[in-house]
Amino acid sequence: MVERRPFLTFIQHAVLILGAAMFVFPIYLAFVASTHTAAEVSGGVPLLPGAEMIRNYSLVLGEGISAAGAPPLWIMLMNSTIMALSITIGKIVISLLSAFAVVYFKFPFRMLAFWTIFVTLMLPVEVRILPTFEVVAQLGMLNSYAGLSIPLIASATATFLFRQFFMTVPDQLTEAARIDGAGPMKFFRDILLPLSRTNLAALFVILFIYGWNQYLWPLLVTTDESYYTIVMGIQRMANAGEETPQWHLIMATAILALLPPVVVILAMQRLFVRGLVEVEK
Amino acid sequence: MRTKTVTFRHKWLPYALIAPQIVITLIFFIWPASQALYQSVLRQDAFGLRTDFVGMANFVRLFADDNYINSFVTTISFSAMVAGFSMGIALIMAIMADRVIRRAMVYRTLLIWPYAVAPAVAGVLWWFLFNPTIGIAAYALDGLGYDWNHYRDGGDAMTLIVVASTWRQVSYNFLFFLAGLQAIPRSLTEAAAIDGAGPVKRFVTIQLPLLSPTVFFLIVVNVVYAFFETFGVVHATTSGGPGQATNILVYKVWRDAFEGLNLGSSAAQSVILMVLVIALTAIQFRYIERKVEY
Amino acid sequence: MSNIQINNVRKTYPGGIDAIRGITLDIADGEFCVLVGPSGCGKSTLLRMIAGLETITDGSVSIGDRVVNDLEPAERDIAMVFQNYALYPHMTVYGNMAYGLKNRGVPKDKIKVMVDEAAATLGLSEFLTRKPAQLSGGQRQRVAMGRAIVRQPQAFLFDEPLSNLDAKLRLKTRVEIRDLQQRLGTTSIYVTHDQMEAMTLADQLVVLNDGAVEQVGTPIDVYNRPASVFVAEFIGSPPMNLMPGEIDESGLVTPAGVVAAPAGVRHGAVTIGIRPEHLHPASDGPLRLKVRVVEHLGASANAHGTVPGHAVEMIASLTGADLPAKGETLGLTVAAENLHLFDPETGRRLH
Ligand SMILES: Nc1ncnc2c1ncn2[C@@H]1O[C@H](COP(=O)(O)OP(=O)(O)OP(=O)(O)O)[C@@H](O)[C@H]1O
Ligand SMILES: [Mg+2]
Repeated sequence: MVERRPFLTFIQHAVLILGAAMFVFPIYLAFVASTHTAAEVSGGVPLLPGAEMIRNYSLVLGEGISAAGAPPLWIMLMNSTIMALSITIGKIVISLLSAFAVVYFKFPFRMLAFWTIFVTLMLPVEVRILPTFEVVAQLGMLNSYAGLSIPLIASATATFLFRQFFMTVPDQLTEAARIDGAGPMKFFRDILLPLSRTNLAALFVILFIYGWNQYLWPLLVTTDESYYTIVMGIQRMANAGEETPQWHLIMATAILALLPPVVVILAMQRLFVRGLVEVEK
Repeated sequence: MRTKTVTFRHKWLPYALIAPQIVITLIFFIWPASQALYQSVLRQDAFGLRTDFVGMANFVRLFADDNYINSFVTTISFSAMVAGFSMGIALIMAIMADRVIRRAMVYRTLLIWPYAVAPAVAGVLWWFLFNPTIGIAAYALDGLGYDWNHYRDGGDAMTLIVVASTWRQVSYNFLFFLAGLQAIPRSLTEAAAIDGAGPVKRFVTIQLPLLSPTVFFLIVVNVVYAFFETFGVVHATTSGGPGQATNILVYKVWRDAFEGLNLGSSAAQSVILMVLVIALTAIQFRYIERKVEY
Repeated sequence: MSNIQINNVRKTYPGGIDAIRGITLDIADGEFCVLVGPSGCGKSTLLRMIAGLETITDGSVSIGDRVVNDLEPAERDIAMVFQNYALYPHMTVYGNMAYGLKNRGVPKDKIKVMVDEAAATLGLSEFLTRKPAQLSGGQRQRVAMGRAIVRQPQAFLFDEPLSNLDAKLRLKTRVEIRDLQQRLGTTSIYVTHDQMEAMTLADQLVVLNDGAVEQVGTPIDVYNRPASVFVAEFIGSPPMNLMPGEIDESGLVTPAGVVAAPAGVRHGAVTIGIRPEHLHPASDGPLRLKVRVVEHLGASANAHGTVPGHAVEMIASLTGADLPAKGETLGLTVAAENLHLFDPETGRRLH
């Protein structure tokens, strides 16, 4: 900073701390609610954690909220994990391969392929809800892990990211590998993949969060409870018919739903920020 | 498109490599989108027995429908608020964090994680806070003499989804503003300080103009977010109500398709949304092109 | 080991750029051949066609007895050292050197023996576990060399391998390369635009100009008998003095005076070339130089100036303590055998 102004510095920190507090507040309150009994919560939410944490969490994890017709949380957590990982790995794999194809080969219809991939940018699931649902239904992929993940793994953004990165890999490295007797797939495996490691990791963080947080799609393709993901399941609990919502359990679910991606983002902050900025370039 | 000058030669390998992406794109993107286009010019009778070609009638009907126009207006004001608030708050925080050189990263850590919270979960969290009977925010508002009830009051419901959507999006904007600010060479602000410009003047005359590409880029991203990704917030909390107060376009498409079962209209709505995304993407890419030129 | 034959090779890049316009060369087994020429003359293109990194538009390339036109680079049994080394950044020095052997299915223990041996030859043994980023420029250059020699290929191809080194290291490495090549006896083709490098390294020097061969010969040959004005200007430092002249009964008429003409050259207009070091001061010499600047180089000095009354620039390389002052007019002589005469129309040597 250019000049010292203690008052200004004080204001800065005050604003930042206040901001950070505002961000934490809803989650803190959710956590507090999740550690009390239903009665304690319905009498106005307490401001300090209660003693029911273990009981509430083991209840939702083990049994679920039967009244709301939601399965035990561990199933939903498992489903979310499977979906998030399938989407993440699927997107990374097919994007890597297609970026490799468009950058390192010249072939007829290359431009057509590129534009086909590009078009997916303009067709988020929200604008083609019904027909996509119909396709998935016809393929018999409703209520399956394949239905939850495969339709989401086409990705122009990831393909572009890898394409951009591959363009920066020096051509002479490719030539050296050719002289060393590496064919295209050997080059891909031995040189390109190891060089893409950081990009892969950064993309992994972003895509995991993307996959975990899917909402509309699981809502469309799952009717069978045993395929519910936690992010959509929480809504089923919250809107459980006529019953008064069991807030302490809903909040425990909310905490469990947001914990994995938040942990990932905090643990891999550097990669995440890098990935985010790269993807949008 | 730029390519490598050094390429491999192989008859079928490139096709095999690109096939998975293309197949999935065709089956789950291109085909459904073309179906939406196709269905948008058809109308089915009530029993689904007959389908007629009706040309633009579905679109004409939509734009004559007060509910649809209302949904459009709701979406635009919702997006404007979400983009405005989340960018405004993020910019202030970023300026503050940028000035505290040493602990900027600590604050970054404290501020980025809401991005990891799903919009639907964010909705549920704030819904709980604002719950008219037990929510602490509703309680506080009551203390200030305001009778909060987002089940009855459309304005309250709108406020709720704006707050929840904004809360989650600030971190994203904050990251880009902070990165943008930190990319401005210190020497520039220092030179301005030597020229006698105070902090506010420095910000307005030096930092803000240099930040304008970031601002522009974020406007597009935030509008896209508010238009499409906030479905979860609405669905998990207000369900479009009360009345039509929070019935944003994406939510309406979904409801008309799965609850109203009006195929032609839902398809026409999809097509309109598609046009919107295409327009936004085009704007974004023009921006990127410009950035490349610099 | 093997010889390399390049037979009327052409290269036309997409877009119609004729980079190589028909080159025929014969490089004997174990020979060190240097391709030299100004930037853009097609040196790299020719080398890369031999390596198989660039397709051959027309003509043929053989290594040993095989025509390699349609072989992959790896099948040609050559090794290449790149200007920027192109080391695999994520592999250790050992990994870099072993990669080509691994791809050829050499057993692990044999690879170890070969890499260790090559590393010992180049003094790289202590760096084998390091990554390229942890090495100095000179060490990286040596790893690139190591990657080439470890496979014991039929030929080494070098594309300006020293241009990323500082002057001192370049000199040292130049000697090392020459020494190594002589010990291994591997046929080598070396591309450079540095004429000092070209002169000192080459068994056979090939001067390229605009995609065609200007002259082929030993460095001394090329130096002593440049085949054209282009070669005369390109090889030698400071460059050869060139001036218009004419041969008639009196001898060779230069702008600076009349000198004895070499035997057997036709009468008429010529372009005269005289190397600066072949000009010797003599107060009654037939040539005149009005000195503008004197550059002291230690062992010698270069007197730059013009021929009085003419716009012709001339440089004389002088030894000894008796140096001219600025503005002085110097008398110079040149022996007839040190005159180079070229056809002013074609630029070719006349004798
Ligand atoms: N891939 C290419 N496409 C089109 N033209 C090319 C290509 N590569 C090289 N050229 C052209 O071919 C000619 C010879 O290029 P080359 O790289 O062989 O020159 P060079 O002698 O190695 O020069 P330098 O000393 O600068 O490396 C140049 O005019 C160059 O512009
Ligand atoms: Mg070159």
